[in-house]
Amino acid sequence: MATNSTGGTLGIAAVLCVVCSVLVSATVVQLKPLQEQNKVLDVKKNLLLSAGLIKDPNTTKDQILDAFKKVDVRVVSLENGDLLSDVDPNKVDLKKEAKDPNFNIVIPGNKDIAKIKTRAKRSKVYFVKDNGEISMIVLPVYGKGLWSTMYGFLALGTDTKTVKGFGFYEHGETPGLGGEVDNPNWKNLWKGKELFGENFEPIITIVKGAVDHSADGSEHKMDGLSGATITSKGVEALLRYWVSDSGYGQFLEKFRNGEIQI
Amino acid sequence: MSTLKEVILTPVFKNNPIALQILGICSALAVTTKLETSLVMGGAVIMVCALSNLGVSIIRNHIPSSIRIIVQMTIIASLVILADQILKAYLFEVSKGLSVYVGLIITNCIVMGRAEAYAMKNGPLMSFFDGIGNGIGYSVILLAVGFFRELFGSGKLLGHPVLPLVSEGGWYQPNGMMLLSPSAFFLIGFFIWVLRTFDKSQVEEE
Repeated sequence: MATNSTGGTLGIAAVLCVVCSVLVSATVVQLKPLQEQNKVLDVKKNLLLSAGLIKDPNTTKDQILDAFKKVDVRVVSLENGDLLSDVDPNKVDLKKEAKDPNFNIVIPGNKDIAKIKTRAKRSKVYFVKDNGEISMIVLPVYGKGLWSTMYGFLALGTDTKTVKGFGFYEHGETPGLGGEVDNPNWKNLWKGKELFGENFEPIITIVKGAVDHSADGSEHKMDGLSGATITSKGVEALLRYWVSDSGYGQFLEKFRNGEIQI
Repeated sequence: MSTLKEVILTPVFKNNPIALQILGICSALAVTTKLETSLVMGGAVIMVCALSNLGVSIIRNHIPSSIRIIVQMTIIASLVILADQILKAYLFEVSKGLSVYVGLIITNCIVMGRAEAYAMKNGPLMSFFDGIGNGIGYSVILLAVGFFRELFGSGKLLGHPVLPLVSEGGWYQPNGMMLLSPSAFFLIGFFIWVLRTFDKSQVEEE
């Protein structure tokens, strides 16, 4: 058959399509388990880094899995703050659920300080245990910065108000300015900050410049990032949102009252 | 018929796809903030370019001329998906840094250009090496740009601190400009300038 005839053209096109699709599908199917594993590992690593349980971003897989043994993952309902013990945390994809109308809620405009529009009805909490005792609660948080949605983990002490660690693992802020949310020194400054006031209302504030540590209430104030006012405001807003009653507030309250059993 | 050596080396300096033909600039701006991503991106382009040239060249006498661009595109696209999947499986961290740009190799004019201009007319072996040569030509620029951007932008090379940063107790104040895409334009401009100073034949006639 002549290559340039109609039949030849169709024939070649068909053969090529079959060959290419077989090649692509075979690779995808082959590599899928490995990729899934990578993704899960990546979340674990980010969580451990934010909570300060590992320090080096180049930690090996075994070290991550080893350190993660101290972590107990649970799904929490954000409607009433109860743990959903019948849900397998590994099957919950928060980013997907936040966009899925069956699983999300639309946040009313006046409450949407983190500017995320919708959020999942449930979320995950990670309990870090030392010798069987809970030593930290790690919460996934996210919100809008200047350019991008910033995804991070917030580690709180058992009093639910003291920050033990905080960091973002995914964002698209300007390198060198807003991107400094990744700066290890800045992240270190978060340790010991208190998110709530006396009646557990979120009052953490990011100020311009450095915080005067001798002044009253400096534990509720955090140094801003220079040249990144909007990113700093975004970080403040997302923290306030997620620890308020629209976020993990009810869960945190139940935890303080000892109503959360794991 | 040109020799193997010429086929590989010509695209590196004499007929560099980025510096002379000004192709593939988009990804050269986007992925060069770090040396590591430049390295992996270069590797991916070399692989895709070489294999797509090989594939196109093998079936070049059977490709109907009316759909030849689509045929080339299909081969290239399949190879790019392969590259992307392999990176995601084995170099997860780097592939996160490269994000969509691996996928965008499909639209990289260098790959398409070589398939159409060279592989359609030459044998599989030569086409394969032409792909490697052009991939290297692209990678050389990427590496040079990535080297300077990472060094001056974040004071590191391949993630190892070279110039200690002020924010970490050193003396080097990083140049934030280097981390933004426009700086790659300047660097590529300098690179073209240097190349043309040594090789006057690349200078266009006024």
